[in-house]
Amino acid sequence: MSTATAERTRPAVFAPWDDPDATPLIEFRGVTKRFGDFTAIDDLTLDIYAKEFFALLGPSGCGKTTMMRMLAGFETPTEGSIHLSGQDIGRVPPNRRAVNMMFQNYALFPHLSVWENIAFGLKREGREKGEIDERVTEMLRLTRLEKFARRKPHQISGGQRQRVALARSLAKAPKLLLLDEPLGALDKKLREETQFELMDIQEKTGTTFVIVTHDQEEAMTVASRVAVMDEGRIVQVATPPVIYEQPASLYVADFIGDVTIIEGTARRAEGGYTVEWAEGQPPLRVRSGLDLAEGARCHVAIRPEKVEIHRNRVEDDNVLKGTVIDIGYLGNLSTYHVRLADGRVVKAQNFNTERDTRQPFTWEDEVWINWTAGCGVLLER
Amino acid sequence: MNRFSWFNATSLTLGFAFLYLPMVILVIYSFNASQLVTVWGGFSTRWYGELLRDEAFLDAAWVTVRVAVLSSTLATVLGTLAALTLVRMGRFRGRTLFSGMIYAPLVMPEVITGLSLLLLFIGIGLDRGIFTVVLAHTTFSMCYVSVVVSSRLATFDRALEEAALDLGCTPAQAFRLVTLPIIAPAVISGWLLAFTLSLDDLVIASFTTGPSATTLPIKIFSAVRLGVSPQINALSTILIGMVAIGVIAASLATKRRAVLAERDTRAAERAEG
Repeated sequence: MSTATAERTRPAVFAPWDDPDATPLIEFRGVTKRFGDFTAIDDLTLDIYAKEFFALLGPSGCGKTTMMRMLAGFETPTEGSIHLSGQDIGRVPPNRRAVNMMFQNYALFPHLSVWENIAFGLKREGREKGEIDERVTEMLRLTRLEKFARRKPHQISGGQRQRVALARSLAKAPKLLLLDEPLGALDKKLREETQFELMDIQEKTGTTFVIVTHDQEEAMTVASRVAVMDEGRIVQVATPPVIYEQPASLYVADFIGDVTIIEGTARRAEGGYTVEWAEGQPPLRVRSGLDLAEGARCHVAIRPEKVEIHRNRVEDDNVLKGTVIDIGYLGNLSTYHVRLADGRVVKAQNFNTERDTRQPFTWEDEVWINWTAGCGVLLER
Repeated sequence: MNRFSWFNATSLTLGFAFLYLPMVILVIYSFNASQLVTVWGGFSTRWYGELLRDEAFLDAAWVTVRVAVLSSTLATVLGTLAALTLVRMGRFRGRTLFSGMIYAPLVMPEVITGLSLLLLFIGIGLDRGIFTVVLAHTTFSMCYVSVVVSSRLATFDRALEEAALDLGCTPAQAFRLVTLPIIAPAVISGWLLAFTLSLDDLVIASFTTGPSATTLPIKIFSAVRLGVSPQINALSTILIGMVAIGVIAASLATKRRAVLAERDTRAAERAEG
């Protein structure tokens, strides 16, 4: 009872994709895009809702950039339709769409000042001079660029250029903002800061953002939902925690984060399955709602941080003995590569919660690793 | 690396002498007071004065400038369009043929270009004069323009144009407001190249001109056949001076811009650190 009350007082979670009455801002319906013989996008159907921060994630060549370019109007779908607030935009040229794009290398106009770059789109709309001034000033303030208004793009730093590009694409207050690898050119530290800045600006302006990236950490950090793509298809669309903890396939499990995958044969058991995976080893226990035939081939995916490592045998659902062969020390955590009797390597992560320069385990140590049945993910393919 | 060596110094001196000695002599003799070209008779600027009073030379100069301005402007427009097509259209039927045909006049002997144009003008009954010379010069110099402009366009980031379209430009506006200002230096040097080519062309102009339009090179050439006069030296000196000033100014401007850009970039990096 008390938990129910707590649920009710919480602010409403932003999840229009779970609301059957919500109308999506963007609808891809059976979209296919071919370049000659090559199919870049293969019969893709997808809904994106207003105010979402939607990430298209995938390796290069997976079709994420083509999808973005179709939204911007630089490519037209070969088959299917794309709707933006109910209107078919498949053949609308880029200059007549309420969509703006932040380009990968910013594509700032080198011959124009920061101010003129931001004003560029507003001037094309033929707005009043005073109105343009006001809007540009507002954008400069939003991106903290007031001091650099008179500079040319080559007279400012990479991080500032990134902010000019953002200000320029936001100036026309588009319904939809596309970001093509927006942080790719920044170094790691600046990138992390900028991710939070982007989320902040997205929230302040209430614009729908669609970001294309190959960096899974970036997608997980900024996005409300992530679409994982592979070879022109969407493999899974879900919130970052679902993508990470409940991957739909081996591909997703492997692409997002670190994972150990063990292949085996499924046997039904209470609450899930046991998986036979090697001669002379105890079968692995996995909790799963998946409907597999008795004796089907399957995979168990297990994240390193869910695997505990011990010096002595412990009692748990899955306990295996092995030898430490590699150690990856990252400061906050250490990853141990543990080789099992059959030569298979399982990764186990330990948080270094104590301030100690000596590691609890070292190379060639005999160790026991364990994880509970709920921690592994059973995958069919 | 930068060690002085007699061999290098000598070859450098000889090379420069080979290139510039004839011109230096020409310039010196343009200030010769004597009527005879090869005998030094003291310093004087009288030939420059006479040049300015010579109607025929002034006429020829005026014709040349008009031809050069018109033909280089036309060549720049056509050459830029050709370059855009070559770089932008991607693969289309006949692209190889088109690009080959654009560059062919670069290697075509001038005599043949001149002759074929002459035959064409006679064939279609076009009266030869300034107009035909302009056409002929446009024809061969637009190749040079398209070479210069297409090499610039090859490194032009298409995303800039896409950004312009994305921000609400029509394709024509995107070209005018973004592409053209950025490739302007290449277009201008293409124009200058076409202008110089037209200015000193003798062969093609002689084939395609008529009695009404004598260009400066034709005038000089025919005057020299009657004997070199000091006046010609003076005229040549003026031409050399004009070209030299142009080249030096252009290179200084480029260098200054590079230095400024470098300084700005440094300043930006410091500001970030």
